[in-house]
Amino acid sequence: MLLPEAGLVKPGDLVIGADSHTCTYGALGAFSTGVGSTDLAAVMATGKCWLKVPESIKFIYKGRLKKWVGGKDIILYTIGKIGVDGAVYKAMEFSGPVIKNLPMDDRFTMCNMAIEAGGKNVIIEPDEITSVYVKKGKFYKSDRNAVYSKTYEYDISKLEPQVACPHLPGNVKAVTKLRKVNIDQSFIGSCTNGRLSDLRIAARILNGKKINSRVRLIVIPATQKIYLAALKEGLLEIFLKAGGAINTPSCGPCLGGHSGILAEGEVCIATTNRNFRARMGHPKSFVYLSNAAVAAASAIKGRITHPKEII
Amino acid sequence: MKLKGKAHKFGNNVNTDEIIPARYLNTTDPKILWKHCMEDADSSFASKVKKGDIIVAGKNFGCGSSREHAPVAIKACGVSCVIAESFARIFYRNSINIGLPILESGVASKSIMASDLVEIDLNLGIIKNVTKNEQYKARAFPKFMQKIIAAGGLMRYIKAHR
Repeated sequence: MLLPEAGLVKPGDLVIGADSHTCTYGALGAFSTGVGSTDLAAVMATGKCWLKVPESIKFIYKGRLKKWVGGKDIILYTIGKIGVDGAVYKAMEFSGPVIKNLPMDDRFTMCNMAIEAGGKNVIIEPDEITSVYVKKGKFYKSDRNAVYSKTYEYDISKLEPQVACPHLPGNVKAVTKLRKVNIDQSFIGSCTNGRLSDLRIAARILNGKKINSRVRLIVIPATQKIYLAALKEGLLEIFLKAGGAINTPSCGPCLGGHSGILAEGEVCIATTNRNFRARMGHPKSFVYLSNAAVAAASAIKGRITHPKEII
Repeated sequence: MKLKGKAHKFGNNVNTDEIIPARYLNTTDPKILWKHCMEDADSSFASKVKKGDIIVAGKNFGCGSSREHAPVAIKACGVSCVIAESFARIFYRNSINIGLPILESGVASKSIMASDLVEIDLNLGIIKNVTKNEQYKARAFPKFMQKIIAAGGLMRYIKAHR
């Protein structure tokens, strides 16, 4: 989140990063892909990198989003449909009326998880919404006669908030089908959903409420700038009064790093990107992936909860 | 280059968190990493794997994080080659870059069973199943990639070509 926030990524850029979620910047219309550390060191040392031109897959999203449904739900739904290897070595392109109207933060969230379908990169054609976020750069358009190896079209008017169940991001169900799943922890943060808009949505749900006494709520703003903005807006106060804990910007427990590592048998709902076995701690712990509204609502009820049950 | 060893079978979508969990990423030392290789997929793997052995897996092997520790840990175990129906892109690059031989073959991935003895001719991309007396052909690497593999990884390749 830090790079685009600092204005270091522009539309039309070629970005190589030593993190699998480098694909996030496709949201700005950059060709952006992850590599390993030796690969990146070689780029730094030689100024060169080899890339195979990938085939493209087009995704067209139509319809109108329901309340509490956003970028996270669309990408989880998509991975659920095509599978965790549905786009291996492919360039994904997100388009259609839903994307045209989708806020920048939601676009980042969607592109962030392209790697969870195996995508090499993802592109959203930069438009007016992009130009509000970043002024400079080359705003390339997709060729009208572009060839796609596959085209998927989804009407997402009826889409409910989506949740990926253990232990794969493609194991996706509607939130309403998981009402019986009790949780021990709710984590709101990460490069997927630690943005200011995510914190605002969570705060709307948690405002004046208390989290379930069995549950730990951990909130990690993605960057220092977001942390400060959330502080000034009073969002952090809402989280604290609800019984949550706020940690300094980092990956936190997303990859089992720190502060919120799951013990044996524990269940976590997280706004992160991966729910592989042992990803957040013990090999016998369980991670469910959702948007920030669902994670906040679930913290209150102590079980996986549709936000409409709270507001 | 010829390789020979016993097959260890894994399924689809083996991810890098299973290959080497993040709780061990406080080191990059292969001598420590290998002890935890595949720990969350098969906790006895590191203790039973022998030098030269081969990992045979299904689709999308190495999906997830870009951590290079994953192929490093597999190589440090003594595994001579990974055969899979398909590889996740970053793992594929990382393996070549650190000098871990990998081969893509759907037929080999399906036909080779656990404990089968396998012989590989890396230059020709031929996989022989000695136990079953079968032979499979893997997809050949492009020339420039073969050069990186022959050099023993990207660092050595760059040192030799600068």
